[in-house]
Amino acid sequence: MNGAHDLGGMHGFGPVGPEADEPVFHAEWERRAFALTLAMGFTGQWNLDKSRHAREAMPPGDYLATTYYEHWLFGLDALLAERGLLEGAPAKLRRLDAGNLEKALKTGGPTERETNAAPAFAPGDRVRALNIHPVGHTRLPRYCRGRIGTVERLWGAHVYPDSHAATGDQDPRHLYSVRFSARELWGPSASAADTIMIDLWEPYLEPA
Amino acid sequence: MHDHGPDALELRVQALESLLVERGYVDPEAMDRLIETYEHEVGPHNGAQVVARAWTDPDYRARLLADGSAAIAELGFTGRQGEHMVVVENTADVHNLVVCTLCSCYPWPVLGLPPVWYKAPPYRARAVIEPRAVLGEFGMEVGEDVEVRVWDSTAEIRYLVLPERPAGTEGLSAEVLAGLVTRDAMIGTAKAAAP
Repeated sequence: MNGAHDLGGMHGFGPVGPEADEPVFHAEWERRAFALTLAMGFTGQWNLDKSRHAREAMPPGDYLATTYYEHWLFGLDALLAERGLLEGAPAKLRRLDAGNLEKALKTGGPTERETNAAPAFAPGDRVRALNIHPVGHTRLPRYCRGRIGTVERLWGAHVYPDSHAATGDQDPRHLYSVRFSARELWGPSASAADTIMIDLWEPYLEPA
Repeated sequence: MHDHGPDALELRVQALESLLVERGYVDPEAMDRLIETYEHEVGPHNGAQVVARAWTDPDYRARLLADGSAAIAELGFTGRQGEHMVVVENTADVHNLVVCTLCSCYPWPVLGLPPVWYKAPPYRARAVIEPRAVLGEFGMEVGEDVEVRVWDSTAEIRYLVLPERPAGTEGLSAEVLAGLVTRDAMIGTAKAAAP
């Protein structure tokens, strides 16, 4: 979706503003919002792409006016409501606890999958990012749509976020590292030397 | 939106946590352990060990650049948001910079949780369109003949920058060298510190 989260190339936000000796969390509620989100993610009631989409669905004005963990809370509230987990009798869910936590954190959630499909592109191929505007979740940033780049590497087949968020289907697709020149993306004012590398799934690309 | 302000947020999150614990979905001990892990255990000191090892062990450096996940796992740093690690090396010709324009993707096992600026709109908006201006705000000048290569973390590949080893550090131990490797040097918004 063309939401406020898709920020690449926007103007007007001012300086980056790093904070000296920044703490990991800035308030107790941030600690709790972080841990609640991870713990509820472990229940398997939704996946990572679905949770990203839930945050992206925050109305653009609100998204830009609130802090990072407020986005997480918005997403968590929405997912809990969608699954009906706060209504009626409690559901029996898989729970993160002392017995499974270390393994869960150490293992994470790899997204590479086997596939029988041959990759459509090879390193060196010229590709164009499609000019599409899906209303659901996508990881195709707006700033590269319609632009031509070169396939640098194939990362293997990975869970395809557009399908995974929409239906829960992992639908693995080939994932490529695609090199774009800064001038292709931003025009003649960009440095001729600079490049932007974007990880793009095969359905986002066409031969160019 | 409603409930703005820190007090309202504290109350809102307390209420949500109480409800989720009461319904049996969340284990309070697991909550504490998650916070402890990411607030105190995982952090850029992990990534600094990876970089220092690469600077002092050419075979390790070769393995790290060939298969970041496996080489980083050798040092025990694995897991969530670091499942597919790729290490990109700064050289005299290329300066790498990592961003996630769409959210906040960041290599947790080696860098911990990202700082606020990494997740906030100015960096996410500007790193791809004016990386040299962003680097300038961090006090870094990159020559016009050097390629600034920006990595937008749009998938589950997580990037760690291998900074250039500072001059004058010959003979220093990996342990001492690790102290020169800052979080920002591994994102690409700084060089490794001088000794």
